[in-house]
Amino acid sequence: MNELVLPELGEGIKEATVVCWHVKAGSRVEKDEDIVEVVTDKASFNIPSPFSGTIKKICIDPGETVPIGCVLAHVAP
Amino acid sequence: MNIEDLGLIPYEKAWQKQKEAVSRVIAGGQECLFFCEHPPVLTLGRSASRKNLLVPPDELANRGIRVLDVDRGGDVTLHAPGQLVAYPILDLNRRGRDLHRYLHQLEEVGIDFLRGFGIVSVRVSGKTGVWVKDRKLIAIGIGVRQWVAYHGIGINVKTDLSLFSLIRPCGLFEGVTSIEQCIGNAVDMAEAKDRLGKIFRDDFGVQ
Repeated sequence: MNELVLPELGEGIKEATVVCWHVKAGSRVEKDEDIVEVVTDKASFNIPSPFSGTIKKICIDPGETVPIGCVLAHVAP
Repeated sequence: MNIEDLGLIPYEKAWQKQKEAVSRVIAGGQECLFFCEHPPVLTLGRSASRKNLLVPPDELANRGIRVLDVDRGGDVTLHAPGQLVAYPILDLNRRGRDLHRYLHQLEEVGIDFLRGFGIVSVRVSGKTGVWVKDRKLIAIGIGVRQWVAYHGIGINVKTDLSLFSLIRPCGLFEGVTSIEQCIGNAVDMAEAKDRLGKIFRDDFGVQ
């Protein structure tokens, strides 16, 4: 099982808030496809999937603020 | 970097052009920079609170001012004629993949631009944007897809500042200002765009 984590977004950025998911549990995703939008300060950022697979579990709901490195979703190859 | 002046253009049309340009850059196309002005519109960024709209929706509708939810960071902002809006579509993959650094660079562009009008401006720690004393002159908010940035900066060159009474800009209680208000002289928008284009090219090291 692959973990989609909140990536490094820049120096001094420690956390971000999930805005919305572009996929649901069960969705098939391709590598580099945007799967979740997060916001930090004055930037909205779409996180591309680092791998292809199927979304098994979405771990963080919209509105939640989580630290860099936090697991956002599980993706089965 | 290709610079395209869209003139006075409805917000959604310019938004669409940005999205198309982002897709082109993701596909390996050339970066670009759009300049434009928008008819009066209020946009709510991803961190916006409707409490910062100070006028009821029906009154805004009566005045022909629409409210749009948009995919940039930040709170509520106002666009109106006289505000020079710049939307750089830049590939941050080539620029260190750092959102703070990019926001900082946009502030630097703004500060350099205002210096050309003899205006001393600063950034304020913890608040993105460019300030003249305690008034905000330049608002900044971006969106990013595949590390390609869009949205950008709004510079109040000669904006009707009374329109800002409709909102609490960016959720802040301080006021706003414009270049014309700061210098007490008329500013030619075409010349302003010309200057801003040069600064973008210099500051981002692109031709």
